Amino acid sequence: MSDRQQTFDKVAELIAPFNKKGVTLGEATTFQGDLEWDSLTVMDFVAAIEDEFDILITMNMQAEIETVGQLVDAVEKLKTQ
Amino acid sequence: MTDTTTPARDLMSKFDPLIAERQALIDSGVTDPFAIVMEQVKSPTEAVIKGKDTILLGTYNYMGMTFDPDVVQAGKDALDQFGSGTNGSRMLNGTFRDHVGVEQALRDFYGMSGAIVFSTGYMANLGMISTLAGKGDYVILDADSHASIYDGCKQGVAEIVRFRHNSVEDLDKRLGRLPAEAGKLVVLEGVYSMLGDIAPLKDMVAVAKKHGCMVLVDEAHSMGFFGPNGRGVYEDQGLEGEVDFVVGTFSKSVGTVGGFCVSNHPKFEAIRLACRPYIFTASLPPSVVATAEVSIRKLMHAHNKRAHLWENARTLHNGLTEMGFTLGTKTPDSAVIAVLLDDQEQAVAMWQALLDGGLYVNMARPPATPAGIFLLRCSVCAEHSSAQISTILKMFRAAGQAVGAIG
Repeated sequence: MSDRQQTFDKVAELIAPFNKKGVTLGEATTFQGDLEWDSLTVMDFVAAIEDEFDILITMNMQAEIETVGQLVDAVEKLKTQ
Repeated sequence: MTDTTTPARDLMSKFDPLIAERQALIDSGVTDPFAIVMEQVKSPTEAVIKGKDTILLGTYNYMGMTFDPDVVQAGKDALDQFGSGTNGSRMLNGTFRDHVGVEQALRDFYGMSGAIVFSTGYMANLGMISTLAGKGDYVILDADSHASIYDGCKQGVAEIVRFRHNSVEDLDKRLGRLPAEAGKLVVLEGVYSMLGDIAPLKDMVAVAKKHGCMVLVDEAHSMGFFGPNGRGVYEDQGLEGEVDFVVGTFSKSVGTVGGFCVSNHPKFEAIRLACRPYIFTASLPPSVVATAEVSIRKLMHAHNKRAHLWENARTLHNGLTEMGFTLGTKTPDSAVIAVLLDDQEQAVAMWQALLDGGLYVNMARPPATPAGIFLLRCSVCAEHSSAQISTILKMFRAAGQAVGAIG
């Protein structure tokens, strides 16, 4: 399994507790449109991602991330820094 | 010639959901909580609303300075001597005698070497945060921060990091992940105004210093009655000299309008040369800065008012708790007492029942409130008499029982 796939799976696992509607997750799933998260849910989820990968995702970065795929890419990039 | 123009897309149509929500609220037969008009204001604690004498319990007028005879006289004198307005920026023609005077009063009040006055508290946060934190720097803010702090971040070019409300541990963890060499500004508030809870500033400032951050504290809701000199929560928690910048406002305890930042930083004056919300706006009218100056000087010695304000806060908090209301804080931590309600319907019904009974409080709802809470915010005033406080408690009992918020 590629590193990216592993990251995707981990991200999907962390999304699960916040996926109240049971949306099927793909690269193009959006946090706001598909998962319908409000800003507090986003904060809790971002904290979970940050703790898991020991990274920091600033609000500036968060504003650019709309889909699960974009988040996985961002995590991959931040992990190597 | 063919007409190739298309009709302009109506930019106002994005507000349709807001318009519909407001209409639905008004159609339910209640008074619009966000369109109250004070027809007369009789004192810091009494106004006439819809022809009815009403006790004010939602005004931020914590120290009741708005009708202080010395304060009012200073404003009248300034109007006579300096006219109604300044017509210009502080940087050009907008600095009059009393702008300098009020900045000196702030230095004296806070015991700090630097003071800069802005046209509102909102602009003080907007200006200080966006100017202090530049490209490549980090601003670290509490998730429950006031809109002016969030907007200060948006206006600037720094990287923004949020931590969980009042969590020292979360702040520590996030600061630990930031580049050690980067410039970092931690922004905190002494009192968070929606629930009236206070920040554990002592621990937070210690964590911020451990990670090499500068600290800005917004003390808008604490000036005049926290700490031995009324400087705010930071003074109350023994942090004199530990906080780099303190932001405040004239619109609450001081009783007029305006904002400020005070600091001991030796280069603080440079803010005046670089801060756009300071430079590109007209300065406060002379009557406003004259009233603020007198009010601030009187607040230094307002020990009796301070004691009475805290007594009022305790009495109200205890009374509402005994009745069975759920409040924003377990103990009377500040002069804001938030009554938490189940939903918008109950909050509006309760708010309306109080208003009809002659009491004005603030109704607050998301997104201004944290965690989707609907609440009625009471701000206590040092000028509320003990008799008014007991009347207020009776009104709350009646309204709470009428809408089923208490048994």
